[in-house]
Amino acid sequence: METFKEIVNFLTNPKILLILSVVMFAAGLIFIRFFTKPIVAIAGAAASVVFFGLSMTDENFMLIVAKADNVPIVMMVVLVGFFTWLGMRRAVINDQLMEAGQETMERRETKQKVFVWPDLVYIEFLAIILCTVGLIIWSILLDAPLEEPANPTRTPNPSKAPWYFLGLQEMLVYYDPWIAGVLLPGLIIVGLMAVPYFDPNPKGNGYYTWKERKFAITTFLFGFLILWVTLIFIGTFLRGPNWNFFGLFERWDVAKLEALVNVDLSEYFWVIWLDGGRPTNPLLRELPGLIVTAGYLFLLPPILAKTVFRKFYAEMGPIRFNVMIFLFLMMASLPIKMALRWMFNLKYLVAFPEYFFNI
Amino acid sequence: MSDEKQESPGAGAEASETPAAPEATAVKRPKLVPVKKAVPVKAPSAPADEGVTRRGLFSALGLGWLTFVGASGAFLAASTRFLFPNVRYEPPSSFRAGLPSDYAVGAVEERFKAQYGVWIVRNQEGMYVLSTVCTHLGCTPNWLAAEQKFKCPCHGSGFRMSGINFEGPAPRPLERYAISLADDGQVLIDKSRLFQEEKGQWKDPASFLRL
Repeated sequence: METFKEIVNFLTNPKILLILSVVMFAAGLIFIRFFTKPIVAIAGAAASVVFFGLSMTDENFMLIVAKADNVPIVMMVVLVGFFTWLGMRRAVINDQLMEAGQETMERRETKQKVFVWPDLVYIEFLAIILCTVGLIIWSILLDAPLEEPANPTRTPNPSKAPWYFLGLQEMLVYYDPWIAGVLLPGLIIVGLMAVPYFDPNPKGNGYYTWKERKFAITTFLFGFLILWVTLIFIGTFLRGPNWNFFGLFERWDVAKLEALVNVDLSEYFWVIWLDGGRPTNPLLRELPGLIVTAGYLFLLPPILAKTVFRKFYAEMGPIRFNVMIFLFLMMASLPIKMALRWMFNLKYLVAFPEYFFNI
Repeated sequence: MSDEKQESPGAGAEASETPAAPEATAVKRPKLVPVKKAVPVKAPSAPADEGVTRRGLFSALGLGWLTFVGASGAFLAASTRFLFPNVRYEPPSSFRAGLPSDYAVGAVEERFKAQYGVWIVRNQEGMYVLSTVCTHLGCTPNWLAAEQKFKCPCHGSGFRMSGINFEGPAPRPLERYAISLADDGQVLIDKSRLFQEEKGQWKDPASFLRL
């Protein structure tokens, strides 16, 4: 049992966990026909229930999972998993139907009509009652996680955002506040609003499909499942005192020592690679980082347009393609920055602390 | 618009008595003229309905707009005034913090964290005052004596005893406040003067009390 716990602790080290979740995500999409079989899903759910049940015997796991704040996150993980699976299963069935030259499930369903009263209202009424009952039971069983009055000298350790903001809080560990708190969240909202304009492809409208929208579905699910849900999971279950990482079964030790001396790219470049001192002129000092950033944002899109995304570029035209690729690269910058921090202790690519501007 | 209706009947009645008058109101005439017998009867009431002149409309709109701008301006001014309270329950920005001999060498004094938001550090050479606001997003870090560092519980930024940032996302060192010796030999701390390392201000003699 102890070795099992140690294996889980090792696997839930965020570096491993993020790689693992990307691998699982890729495997799930590559072997989509296998994973959308009900028997596979039931087996997976059963294994999760067994794992969860056994883990409850561990006091550290129990402490985190049973905390009133964290109960909805456990539910969310279950619900996200189920609904993603359900959508992908319908997509696979539709793809098979369309291959056979038949109508999609959704089109068949829309042919059948029912009355709003009583059929729809009846279901809605039932849903309302069940939700109310659920909320009442929940509020009776678990007390609201209220804390002592705020005290500026005693910051809770760790100090956590509400669960739905934990992904943002995790982003803030890798970025300057103006990027992680303003630019990237803004781009998430604006970018999602812009999707129908740069992607006018009508395929997949009103029905689930995987084969017709592989890139769109993969990109969205990567952003949602890996960069949002997984980061919430990490923030909830793996971030402990002093914002250090802790394994699922690890004790939240306030005195856990983790050496993380972070270094800016300018120091890597000038001090470590060139064996010199950092130039005093801030612009010259940050030149390597500025070049890397500019290359990522301005050089990479045309290269991608000529190579990997040649087909997209031809279909979308320059404006739509560039908007799409900009949003795509901004999204990809988060896992890249996380990997750089974890692997090389890289703090900022460009750091102008004098002007509160850091990338 | 109500102002408009009060003014217009006079103008309309005048115009109805002289049907052929070549005035601006004559433009509207043709509508009324074809009605034979009702001309004297309907004329006083009809212009009351249609008596919105171009000039009148614009002056009414202008008045309305001015009123709106005035009200908005007054609201904005009142809101701005509200941001500056009459009484501020803040401790004075400058305070005395005891004799230098009260401070142990190599220790971080947390006594003034609650009231003034500062740490006072004494080392071999002298003393300096650090702000308790994390330079990343403004949380209050904790002093971890065992690890000899300030560690922020929000995003994991870490600062050395000197205030220099070395781990986590904090982009710059903690800020220092002015420190000097008062006439009575006590340490005098002035929070109205900030010293930022990244701007080279820590070299300022006021940021460090040499002992």
